[in-house]
Amino acid sequence: MIRFEPRSNPSPLLVYGVPVLAATIAILLAAIPLALAGAPIIEAYGLMISGAFGSVFSTSEMLTRATPLILTGLAAAIAFRAKLWNIGAEGQLYMGAMAAVAVGSGVIDGPSWVMIPVVIIAGMAAGALMLIGPTLLKTRLGVDEVVTTLLLNFIVLLFVQMMLEGALKDPMSMGWPQSEPIIDSAAFPALLERMRVHIGLLIALVSAIALAIFVKRTVWGFEIRAVGENAAAARFSGISVTKTMILVAALSGGLAGLAGVSEVAGTRGYLATDLSPGYGYAGIVVAMLARLSPIGVIASALFVASVFVGADSMSRAIGVSSYLADLIVAMALLCVLIGGFLTRFRVHFDHKSTQG
Amino acid sequence: MEIIDILLAASFWEAAIRIATPLIFGVLGALICERAGVLNLGIEGIFTAGAMAGWMAVWLGAGLWGSVLVAALAGGFFGLIHAILTVPLGLSQHVSGIGVTLLATSLSYFTYRTALPDVSSPPRIEPFRPLDIPFLSDLPFIGQALFSQTAMTMLALVLVFVTGWVLYRTPLGLAIRAVGDNPSSVEAQGLSVYGLRIGAVVVGSSLMALGGAFLTMSAFDAFFFGMINGRGWVCIALTVFASWRPGKALIGALLFGAFDAFQVRLQTEVGAFLPSQVFLMMPYILSIIALIVVARKADYPKALLVPWFKGQR
Repeated sequence: MIRFEPRSNPSPLLVYGVPVLAATIAILLAAIPLALAGAPIIEAYGLMISGAFGSVFSTSEMLTRATPLILTGLAAAIAFRAKLWNIGAEGQLYMGAMAAVAVGSGVIDGPSWVMIPVVIIAGMAAGALMLIGPTLLKTRLGVDEVVTTLLLNFIVLLFVQMMLEGALKDPMSMGWPQSEPIIDSAAFPALLERMRVHIGLLIALVSAIALAIFVKRTVWGFEIRAVGENAAAARFSGISVTKTMILVAALSGGLAGLAGVSEVAGTRGYLATDLSPGYGYAGIVVAMLARLSPIGVIASALFVASVFVGADSMSRAIGVSSYLADLIVAMALLCVLIGGFLTRFRVHFDHKSTQG
Repeated sequence: MEIIDILLAASFWEAAIRIATPLIFGVLGALICERAGVLNLGIEGIFTAGAMAGWMAVWLGAGLWGSVLVAALAGGFFGLIHAILTVPLGLSQHVSGIGVTLLATSLSYFTYRTALPDVSSPPRIEPFRPLDIPFLSDLPFIGQALFSQTAMTMLALVLVFVTGWVLYRTPLGLAIRAVGDNPSSVEAQGLSVYGLRIGAVVVGSSLMALGGAFLTMSAFDAFFFGMINGRGWVCIALTVFASWRPGKALIGALLFGAFDAFQVRLQTEVGAFLPSQVFLMMPYILSIIALIVVARKADYPKALLVPWFKGQR
């Protein structure tokens, strides 16, 4: 008979070691599908590592991929802290990107120090509004936000498609549904010459640090944690749960919107419906691997980005489907969930029955 | 064409029932899980896994009904993962469900891509054919609308009654409903809370997978990436709309199917004035509206989302 006994005080080694272990196990488990696909396993792992870290170029690609993942990871982390189940980061990302394109593709112009903040604010506001709606439905009417945010992802993608075939369509795009390019003054400058990694990475890192300080050191941050741990108790102690939830929604949606801004203004240069290969959903994995810690999000986003970039490059070299990356990421999420359980509980295997 | 003409056409109701079929499977599956107290957000991925597994089994040469069983087993497998994580381990049902969706989707896509590395147009299978029941299929109107559907649609309709009968007319159903409302009372009667919940999630997930299998084996004859397209999430919304009752689930799915079939026909009438995306958005918007309408009086199973541990009082 197996018993679970709560641990009163999990050691730091356990707390920090478990996500690392979970990520490692997920990577090792990938050997099974690799073997079934008939791929040379050792070579495949080698190619994945060199694909993500083998050169300045591949590392730049990895960091470019990590940038939106840090931001959507932060979006999920802050929302889940307050038990606001925002599964709609994908839609918020697209709305942010669309707002950035709407103001940043030539309607207004100015110097970079004006235009870059303008596209950022527009995108964050759009992302925030996308989540405040479902949050109000939750707090006012009791509508489950999981389903509304999930369904909004599909609605937003169709809306973006509609706009790209209509108001936002680039007349020069030869019929492809894509927006006009972001103008130079609103584009995020590159960090390294001839490389794609751009200042979006710095913005993401600063956001992570700022969010960490906000959650740990401010009254609002305390209220968010209190609402997440026990909403009834928080309400009893005089915290407005509704206001806190809306604040969380604005932060979470805003961060996801910022990821969209960073992708259009930094990486892609224009908006198309394939802007995100699921950064919104991957952000949930990033946040869980980080145990909802903003600083931890940086590390786990780098891990997830390496898996994606490494698997892409391996896939091109030996022809194994790049869906392997999604598989590793999904397994990492489930492993870290189980790991989280093992940090909270000690497992006992009793030989005698404990009835009586 | 007038709106009345659309609504009175047998072909319209034929389409409505066809669109409703995967949702009937999905909502039944979701409501069985939730009645036992477990939200299963793995549904979207389980739909994908069922669609892929069923299709691939036929493609590899299995019979149609054997392949339906393969799809159900695939769904049961992912359901078991979700059940172990959320029932004895009591982990977050939201996060575990999303994890199962990501796992089932990526595993399905990976398997499909590995089996068919470079096919640009997906290979087709011989799917379920429309039934031709003597006498019944020849009836006016209802013969075309109902009795010329495929066998999987008939299975879905039968399962509505089976699920309703089990939930409301058998001791097992009583136990499943009780375990989602007050698990401790179930334990006090000497029944296993874990066993009931795990069983419900596995069976519910198998049904969800049949919804996916219907798409590749009955509605279409091939597997596409992204073909589930939010149908699983729509089922989660419809489950709330149906107040966790199989009969209302059938009505909800049919209403949804009718609306979807209607908007497609409307699109051909007024499509020139509105972008096609407006129509494509409607099912999702409708689901959100359905949730808002019932939100105030939604009577969630009391122990839904609440983990329960052995020995807990």
